[in-house]
Amino acid sequence: MKPTTLTLAVSLTDTPGDPVEGASIAGSKKKGNCVACHQVSALPDVPFQGDVGPSLDGVGNRWDAAQLRGILVDAKKTFPDTVMPSFHKIGGFIRPGNGFTGKAAKEGELKPLLGAQQIEDVIAFLATLKE
Amino acid sequence: ACVLGAAAQAGEVDHPELVINGETRITVEAPAPDHLKDRLDTIYSGWVFRSKETQALEMDDFDNPAMVFVDKAWEVWNTPDGSEGKSCADCHGAVEESMKGVRAVYPKWNETAGEVRTLAQMVNECRTERMGADAWKYAGGQMAAIKALIGLQSRGMPVNVAIDGPARATWEKGRELYYTRTGQLELSCASWHEQNYDRMIRADHLSQGQINGFPVYRLKNAKLNTAHARFKGCVRDTRAETYKPGSPEFVTLELYVASRGNGLSVETPSVRN
Ligand code: HEC
Ligand code: HEC
Ligand code: HEC
Repeated sequence: MKPTTLTLAVSLTDTPGDPVEGASIAGSKKKGNCVACHQVSALPDVPFQGDVGPSLDGVGNRWDAAQLRGILVDAKKTFPDTVMPSFHKIGGFIRPGNGFTGKAAKEGELKPLLGAQQIEDVIAFLATLKE
Repeated sequence: ACVLGAAAQAGEVDHPELVINGETRITVEAPAPDHLKDRLDTIYSGWVFRSKETQALEMDDFDNPAMVFVDKAWEVWNTPDGSEGKSCADCHGAVEESMKGVRAVYPKWNETAGEVRTLAQMVNECRTERMGADAWKYAGGQMAAIKALIGLQSRGMPVNVAIDGPARATWEKGRELYYTRTGQLELSCASWHEQNYDRMIRADHLSQGQINGFPVYRLKNAKLNTAHARFKGCVRDTRAETYKPGSPEFVTLELYVASRGNGLSVETPSVRN
C-alpha cells in the first residue's frame, strides 16, 4: 500500500528535464548525492552507494512523474519522519547553516538543495529507471 | 521498503572480541541501559563498525598511534605550570592511582559548582583556579591528550554516568538535542546513529555514535579528537549552524550521549578512521 503522496503534476520549469544531467546530479557528491543513501544500478561508475534508503532501481515503475516531483520537493509529505532531505524547500529549518561551514546561514540567502531545473532533470532520470 | 526503526536487532552486528595487550577485555557490545530500552536492544562501541585493519591498531598499545600523545601528557601531568608553580601530580599524586575510575563517571554533577561538569571543565578549573595557569583550548591538543591519559586509567571499566538526581534536568536537555533535526538536511543524531547504524552512507559505515572511546585517534587527521569536536563535525554535516566545543549545549549532549553508552567499557584512547 502506498502512503499518501504529495503529487505535483505541473513541471517546475518550462524546459523539459534532461535525464543525462539528472543522472549526473543524482550521482554527484556536490549536487543531489542521492547515492549517499540509495543504490542505483544505472550508475555503475559511482562508487560507494549507500543503503540507508531503498534501491532506486525500478522507481520509474513504482511512481509517476507527479509523485516523484512530490517526493523530491519535500519527501516528508510522502514519507512522514523520513531521513530523506527535502530537496526543494527553503524554510522551516532549525539552525540552518551556510552550506557545510558550520556557520549560520545568512538571512534570506538560503537556496534549496536542488534548483527547479535540477529537480526536473532528476525526475527525467528516475523515469528511465524501469525494470 | 520500510526502513524506519532500528537498523539491526539484538546481537545482529557481527564483530570480533576486543582484548587490548592480550589482557584488558573491552565490552564492545552490551544490553541497552534501561532508559534506552524502548529505542534499542543492544549498544555497540564504534570500534565494532571499523575495518579489520583499524580495529587491529587498538589491540596492542605498541600499535596504537594515540599512545605518543598519552606519553607526552604523562610528562605534562608531572611538570609544574602557572604562577603557583604546581603540577597536577603535586595535588593528585600518581595519575594511575588518583584518576582510576574517574573517566567512567563523567560528565558528573559537581556539588560545589551546582552544575554538571565535564572532565575538560574540571581540568581547566584546576589550571585557572589552582595553578594560576591559562585554560587549555576546550577541544585542543593539550586537553585531548590529558583527557586520554586520565581516561586510560579507567580503560576496561564500565561507563556509568549518573542521570538521576540533580543531573536529570541537564540530561533531559541533552536528550532533546539528540532528537532535534537540525540544518537544511533536517537530520538528528538519532536519524543516523539510532535509526540507521550498521548501514552505509556512501563510504561511511555508520556506528551508534557512542563516546566510550573518546578521545579517539583518527587516521583521517592523525591526532586525538574530543567528543565535542566530533559533535561539531556531525552537526555541521547537517548543514546547520553548530554549537561550540565546551558550550552549555554540548555539555548536556555529552552527558546524554555518554549515558547511552552506560555498560560499554571505557575504551580511550581508541582508534577510528
Ligand atoms: C539521507 C538519505 C537520503 C538521501 C540523501 C536521499 N534519499 Fe531518497 N529516500 C531515503 C529513504 C530512507 C527513503 C524511504 C522512505 C522512507 O523513509 O520510508 C527514500 C525514498 C525515496 C524514493 C521512493 C523510493 C521507492 O522505491 O519507493 C525516491 C524516488 C527517492 N528516495 C529518491 C531520491 C533522490 C532522487 C534523491 C537525491 C536527489 C534522494 N532520494 C536522496 C533516503 C534518502
Ligand atoms: C592545587 C591543587 C591542584 C592542582 C595543581 C590540580 N588539581 Fe585537579 N583537583 C584539585 C581539587 C581540589 C579537585 C576537586 C575539585 C572538585 O571536586 O570540585 C580537583 C579535581 C580534578 C579532577 C576531577 C576529579 C574527580 O574525581 O572528579 C580532575 C580530572 C583534575 N582535577 C585534573 C587535574 C589536572 C589534569 C591537573 C593539572 C593540569 C590538575 N588537576 C591540577 C586540585 C588540584
Ligand atoms: C549528517 C550525518 C550525521 C549526523 C546527523 C550525525 N552524525 Fe555522528 N557521525 C557521522 C559519521 C559519518 C560518522 C563516522 C562513522 C560512524 O562512527 O558512525 C559519525 C561518527 C560519530 C561519532 C564517533 C563514534 C566513534 O566511535 O568514533 C560520534 C560520537 C557521533 N558521530 C556523535 C553524533 C551526535 C551526538 C550527533 C548529533 C549531534 C551526530 N553524531 C549526528 C555522521 C553523522
